[in-house]
Amino acid sequence: MKTVNIIPLFVIIPLTAAFLIPLLGRLVKRFSEFAVFLSCAMLLYLSLHARILLNSLTDKILVYKVGGWVPPFGIAMVLDGLSSFMLVTVNLVTFCVAVYSLKYMNKYTDKPKFFTLFSLMLCGMNGVIITGDLFNLFVFLEIASIASYALVAFGTEAEELEASFKYAIMGSVASSFIFIGIAFLYGFTSTLNMADMARVLSFKQNAYLVHFVGVLFLMGFGLKAALVPFHAWLPDAHPSAPASISAMLSGILIKTLGIYALARVFFNIIGSTQNYLSVLMFLGALSMLVGVILALSQWDLKRLLAYHSISQIGYVVLGIGLGTPLGILGGLFHLFNHSVFKSLLFLNSGSIDYALDTRDLRETGGLAKVMPITAKTNLIASMSIAGIPPFNGFFSKLLIIFACVQKGYFGYASCAIIASILTLASFTKVQKFLFSGELKDKFKEVKEAPWSMVISTVCLAIVCLLGGLLLLTSLQSFMGDAADVLLKGTAYAKDVIEAALR
Amino acid sequence: MTTDSKTGMTLIVKTITRLTVGLILLFGIYIVLHGHLSPGGGFAGGVIVALSFVHLMLAFGKDVAVSKISKNLASNLESLGAIMFLSIALLGFLGGSFFLNILSKGTPFKLFSAGTIPLSNISIGIKVGLGLFAIFLALVLLEKAKKEK
Repeated sequence: MKTVNIIPLFVIIPLTAAFLIPLLGRLVKRFSEFAVFLSCAMLLYLSLHARILLNSLTDKILVYKVGGWVPPFGIAMVLDGLSSFMLVTVNLVTFCVAVYSLKYMNKYTDKPKFFTLFSLMLCGMNGVIITGDLFNLFVFLEIASIASYALVAFGTEAEELEASFKYAIMGSVASSFIFIGIAFLYGFTSTLNMADMARVLSFKQNAYLVHFVGVLFLMGFGLKAALVPFHAWLPDAHPSAPASISAMLSGILIKTLGIYALARVFFNIIGSTQNYLSVLMFLGALSMLVGVILALSQWDLKRLLAYHSISQIGYVVLGIGLGTPLGILGGLFHLFNHSVFKSLLFLNSGSIDYALDTRDLRETGGLAKVMPITAKTNLIASMSIAGIPPFNGFFSKLLIIFACVQKGYFGYASCAIIASILTLASFTKVQKFLFSGELKDKFKEVKEAPWSMVISTVCLAIVCLLGGLLLLTSLQSFMGDAADVLLKGTAYAKDVIEAALR
Repeated sequence: MTTDSKTGMTLIVKTITRLTVGLILLFGIYIVLHGHLSPGGGFAGGVIVALSFVHLMLAFGKDVAVSKISKNLASNLESLGAIMFLSIALLGFLGGSFFLNILSKGTPFKLFSAGTIPLSNISIGIKVGLGLFAIFLALVLLEKAKKEK
């Protein structure tokens, strides 16, 4: 098997799992758990393998021609620094969440259906990351979104259905904007291949349509990423889902469908001008502050975490919007870190919900005595998100603030610092009301979560602890290559076309 | 099928349905099989196939349609259609590439031509037809469950 053949496997494996599970899940006992575990483990291995493979290449890009059709005529799949960075992030989090779900989903009925939707969502996310074709990106984006609408409603309580309905409406509006944008671009450039589109656009002068399309994409992908004026669906949708799905949604879905797609389209296809970057920076800073201020007054643990997702997404967008090497590096690093610690926080909230059947911070307290491991992993995640050294969140926030100062945006830098302090305040509240103080009598019998749930949270906590090491020179190519792809801008077109002809 | 007036619509509708439902089904299958030659294909044909079953359900009531295809059979066949499509795509790996058309292309405009395209159309037809029918069935069953409450 040729090395380049691993690229379509990122779509094939979860898709196979997704459709085998409803066929065999009812006949063979525990088949669904087995299939999901196996496929996620394989994907994690493959994503790391792809990263190492990419390191051994000089131009750091691999193009797969689906059906043997040379781009721009056929669909291309592109594995470059940014894709492989996102693949590792997504599949790492997904693997931990899958291990966690094996036990956690006992709370709900119909595991096979859950794992079918889970695999479909994963397939959509991997597809969005790996594809080199704009319409294909839309199709995968819809696969992931529709699976996530169904997963938000998985508990089928009135509140969950309402949240899912709201999410579905807002998500469809976002998809329509993206679709209209793609249609306009297709009409303008007569091609759907992302690289070819960038090449054609670079010849067009004074194209006002492109700016209009840029706005459409900003609305569409901004809604998917829950940037502040478009964030209304997130605080309802994320807490309503089962905890493992909240971890997936907050941890990686909004980043893959929102930020990755936004960055790919703005930097590599349209070409980032200062106007776009200023808008991105402003929205990022706004999300940062609004998200964290709204989070401060929440008492529902998962709702609080959902508001923090908005705030942390702001950091990522601010970093990427700076457009400088340091800013983009910091933004991408924060993207990785946030997916790790936010999924850890949601998984911990799931463990608490699993044991106590409540997520109201006013009812809990003193859980450190009965759930010692969850208390420790939650402490690590809280310190990471608040940006306490030596945890990973500290380094990425520091990079973003440095990048702001370096470019002379002292206002944005102070926004980032204020948001970080407010985050710390908010998570001090979480730690205090969850784990310290007197244990209530009705929770005396509570036990630590089952071991498979604990293992996945501990793994994520270790990644949080060691995440800062990714900045070492020997490991820096992991994020450095991803930042390089964005920094190259529309030169992406030349690279892909050259690699495709190889 | 029954002319029993207790379930479904009136005798007129039932008689017309009995005459047309086979034709609709056949037309759907025709659209699927000729997908590579004429407008239409797996998706369009699949929708028409699903419509024939929906037609049956509207005229004769839920039980008659379910006796032809049960909910479990529909959902299993739907997954099978997807797996078939994926397997056809994976067969391309034998020739070296995902989705590669490895079968003989034949003469253009003949029914047996275009390699794996008709096979893909058939699997999409199964997937879409049974999938849409399953969605309609789920809505009907949900409505019934709500009324019983």
